[in-house]
Amino acid sequence: MNLQELNQSEFPVPAELENNIAITSLSQLYNWGRRNSMWPMLFGLACCAIEMIATAASRFDFSRFGFEVMRATPRQADLMIVSGTVTKKMVVPIVRLYNQMPEPKYVLAMGACASGGGPFKEGYNVVSGMDKFLPVDVYVPGCPPTPQALLYGMIALQRKIDGQSIANGDDVPWYGVSSAEPTPVPVLGPDIIDPRQMDMIRRQAEAAASDMAGIGARELPAMTQVVTATAAVEATVDAAAEPVSTDALSFVLPAGGTPWAEAEDIREKRRQRALARKAVRASRRAATEEG
Amino acid sequence: MYGTGLAKGLMLTLRHFVESYVDDIRYGFRKYHHSTDNFGIRQGTQTKGVITVQYPDEKVAVPERFRFVPFLIVEDEDHPTRAGKDWCTSCGICAKVCPPQCIWIVRGNDPNTGRPVPEPEAFFIDIDICMNCGYCAEYCPFDAIKMDHDYELASYDRTTHHIHDKERLSKPNSYWRSIAPTRAYEEMLARGTWEHKDAAKEARRGAAASRASAPPPAAERPAAPQAQAAASEASASGETAAPAPAAEGATPWTEDEAKREERRRKALERKARRAAKRGS
Amino acid sequence: MDNPALAPERQLDTTTVDEAIGYLRSEHADAVSLDDRDGYQGIIIGSGRLLEVARVIRDDLGFDYLSSATAVDYLGAGDHLEMVYHAYRTSGGGALVFKAQTDREKAEIPSLVSVWRGADFQEREAWDLMGIKFPGHHNLQRILMWEGFQGHPLRKDWREAYYEEEQKPFDSRWPGGHVHRAEEKNIFGKNVSYPPDIDLGRLMDTSESAVYQSLGLGVDVERIMDKDGFETNELVVNMGPHHPSTHGVFRMVLTVDGETVTSLEPVMGYLHRNHEKIGERNTYLHNIPFTDRLDYISSMGNNHGYVLAVEQLMSLGRKYNPPTYRSEALRVMMVELSRIVNHLWAIGFWLNDIGAFFTPVLYFVQERERILDFFEAVAGSRMMCNYMRFGGLFGDLPARIKSVSNLTNDRVRDYNTIQFLTEMINERIPRTIDDLERLLTQNEILIERSVGVGVLSRDDAINYSAAGPLLRGSGVAYDIRRAEPYSIYPELDFDIAVEEEGDMYARYRVRVAEMRESVRILKQILPRLEATAGESIWADGKPGAYAPRVPHGEAYGRVENGKGELGYYVVSAGGWGGSSNPWRYHVRAPSFINLTPMGIMSRGHKVADIVGILGSIDIVLGETDR
Repeated sequence: MNLQELNQSEFPVPAELENNIAITSLSQLYNWGRRNSMWPMLFGLACCAIEMIATAASRFDFSRFGFEVMRATPRQADLMIVSGTVTKKMVVPIVRLYNQMPEPKYVLAMGACASGGGPFKEGYNVVSGMDKFLPVDVYVPGCPPTPQALLYGMIALQRKIDGQSIANGDDVPWYGVSSAEPTPVPVLGPDIIDPRQMDMIRRQAEAAASDMAGIGARELPAMTQVVTATAAVEATVDAAAEPVSTDALSFVLPAGGTPWAEAEDIREKRRQRALARKAVRASRRAATEEG
Repeated sequence: MYGTGLAKGLMLTLRHFVESYVDDIRYGFRKYHHSTDNFGIRQGTQTKGVITVQYPDEKVAVPERFRFVPFLIVEDEDHPTRAGKDWCTSCGICAKVCPPQCIWIVRGNDPNTGRPVPEPEAFFIDIDICMNCGYCAEYCPFDAIKMDHDYELASYDRTTHHIHDKERLSKPNSYWRSIAPTRAYEEMLARGTWEHKDAAKEARRGAAASRASAPPPAAERPAAPQAQAAASEASASGETAAPAPAAEGATPWTEDEAKREERRRKALERKARRAAKRGS
Repeated sequence: MDNPALAPERQLDTTTVDEAIGYLRSEHADAVSLDDRDGYQGIIIGSGRLLEVARVIRDDLGFDYLSSATAVDYLGAGDHLEMVYHAYRTSGGGALVFKAQTDREKAEIPSLVSVWRGADFQEREAWDLMGIKFPGHHNLQRILMWEGFQGHPLRKDWREAYYEEEQKPFDSRWPGGHVHRAEEKNIFGKNVSYPPDIDLGRLMDTSESAVYQSLGLGVDVERIMDKDGFETNELVVNMGPHHPSTHGVFRMVLTVDGETVTSLEPVMGYLHRNHEKIGERNTYLHNIPFTDRLDYISSMGNNHGYVLAVEQLMSLGRKYNPPTYRSEALRVMMVELSRIVNHLWAIGFWLNDIGAFFTPVLYFVQERERILDFFEAVAGSRMMCNYMRFGGLFGDLPARIKSVSNLTNDRVRDYNTIQFLTEMINERIPRTIDDLERLLTQNEILIERSVGVGVLSRDDAINYSAAGPLLRGSGVAYDIRRAEPYSIYPELDFDIAVEEEGDMYARYRVRVAEMRESVRILKQILPRLEATAGESIWADGKPGAYAPRVPHGEAYGRVENGKGELGYYVVSAGGWGGSSNPWRYHVRAPSFINLTPMGIMSRGHKVADIVGILGSIDIVLGETDR
């Protein structure tokens, strides 16, 4: 970030001080630090990992963007690049690793497999997308994405961080007050069991035990409407154009939330708490002014 | 002797270090300037210097055969007779050769006759499944689906952005010619014309008809070859050659229109709300 | 043996495969019968006497190398499970295929681990995926899935959660086009299904304890007194599945006494992507891009093996045109280029493992990028080439390696293809190998670290079905390009790289020598390409059909890939049960089977050497777990 950017502020600066002081918001400073020292975890899953290594190697060299060095331990990593097919057997360690990463932490789903299961989606041991278990920040499609496609995704992640704000407590979990609860680690039972779905599994088992017809894992009658790319662009009014822009510098990616209902709940709770605190502060201020 | 290995290794590193400045000396500050034609040399077989590509300030352009996610060819807007028309005839071969089965096609039907028309009603590709293998483009008999070169597709939300529908997939024919001129030319040679196969056929037929000055049954003729192809396809996959069930093809997608309208309305409401919030 | 002049002398004295089968049928007439199914080969051995006959096959007939052992489920065609073994002589020649059948309910076949140790992991895999029990196996546990998983997925009547139809193409894709995400049809939104009688109350993750049990480790840790009377404990160390030096999501459970490894158990399946189950739903053509993702470092070699297997099957039918000479030459060129890529990568990351962290890799990856540029220009993708087709190729070499500007800031390159290749093959690649050798071969640090570490003796290497540089580093001159030549290798002039010592250093030497031999082959290919310029890559001038009909039968196509013998066992159902989809599609993955001797290779070494030994085997997890 150059000085010009750093100086962008709504506060007027006296002319004689213009080159001597820098006014910035705390968010900008935070984000600037974060986006430029984003150390990925040295963590390869499958084919995409090879392209990730190629991106780290001298030809594409993601160190240029502050993805300085890959750390093998999750404790020193800020970014988990899920580079490849996530299998049911592997998702258990992945969730554990994610829980061990210190906040702020980001997840980049690299390639079709990590985004949504990819060509192996139908396979019995394949998780259909990392976002079934972890909140994913950026999805990079491709099978595998070329190094340049991955770099584009990484720059997109930096853009996303730029837009985050401390003031807005619900923006990212770690700008809130309490630390986020760890993601429950899945259990390897007869099939993989997500502890968050325990109730649903129990209901299914009960239904099957009481011999209710038509209840099976594969016979869900109602099909939700799939949102397709164009429809989504229409719906997201902020995005004026389709995200097919060929210019890396004009990102028109519409900001989307994670599709993960639980995360939404947590955020909602945080938001309520923040509002409550604000109300308390306001009443206190009012009281002192009166007094 | 101990230490020679270490010294050798350091020498090698030193040599690479020195070599990394060869280009700097050769091209100076013009190194990254797009007008100088040194990229090919720097990224070629003869270079010795650093090979770092300064993405995004300079990008390695991809070769013509490069495959990323597919797109559909539609006729250019300035085409005299077929402007904006799909090249796809919804024959379904791409959906059949797709290894992970990420292509969904709704075959178009004439609303009056119920016969299949050579145009897809809807076309979906789930890029979260697509493995970029290029079979759809390779086996398409109408050169209507091609592999795109645009790899910059990262998004923040896959649920809304990773199923490409027909509108998102469609790109003009001129785009294809611009990203793969040689291949477009080869295809033209194989096809015998720059035009779409069907268009050329129609044109020939039209010319023959006008010569004979006996108008053919116009309503059915253009659809006939396609119907035939579709029928043979259908029989190959064990279906009856009867016209596609209209109920399957049409109804859900008219519902979709309604839903889409609903979504748009909701989005506008959201926008209004946001604007109001910002205002306050 | 196609070319007896190439074979070692011993081969000439022994019997051919047909004679061996004749011998077995006359000597063990009650146990052995000819497999006379249409398009099948080899013999069927009664499972009661399998062990005995297997010993005869190994000791008396000299088929000392068990290449592949896999199971087939013939549901609806005899309703039996069948183990198929492919045994070879390390002196060269064709396979002796023998089979043992068992009932689907009982599913028991005696274990052959006592005859060929190489059957170890393969039998575990057959138990895991097909549910065949192997009495006599010392550690019959699930290997790819976790212990506790419901069912044996490769059985034909087992269905996954996202099951849609038995065979592709699926009907919902066209003409109805009911677009959906598979998870939307699954109530859990995930690729899971649970048995109706699931007991959540007593749910326990047993997968871990099973792993430790296989090491003979209970809950209690043994109390050991060392020579000074101090009480020490054997320690269990888990390496992986997330570890920077396990080359992917591979896991080793080791017990260490101080720093010394006393036992080691590879644990895999963290990248088990169900290639074989998906492959049996796919059509033959669909499988080619899936093979790219097996050994994702050298996808061209994977294509080649699979294409050879299916071409073998297709040649049984009437309508089959073998690939033209130009096709074959191009195939060999691509495969040799990927062998160089593979070995550069393998040596680079092996150096990484033994302490030369990342700097050498960067130099090798730099060279790899050039080759990948070439692949990208010819086949369309850097890694997932999907280049070969049945009876031909995706396309001929383009006249120019030329990019087209599309995105902003795109920089265009334009080279003459042949010139690019010539410079690569004659200058750049040899220069890199020279650099590599100058740096490493006499480097005392490397020698200190690698000589005498991870020794695999010649006999063990054969018995454990080791393949590729691991086998040749142990003094066995076995290279499929010479032992059972395919494509145009018989007419090419190259040597098999062999080293006698069997340690990490020997394997490194083999890899370097192989790269040099590959360059030698490539230099011979270039004039062949120029001579055939303009010739079609398809025998009849036009590309093959997208849904070739493959006649009934079985085929085992194998190639010498960078990592070792890559084999594809393909069964075509022909008449019954579909014709354009394989009935069985099995991958004999060198990375998987080469891990069988990992335990004995690492015993007694220090923990720091383990990663080096693993690196010197050179595995890639896409292939190990499939």
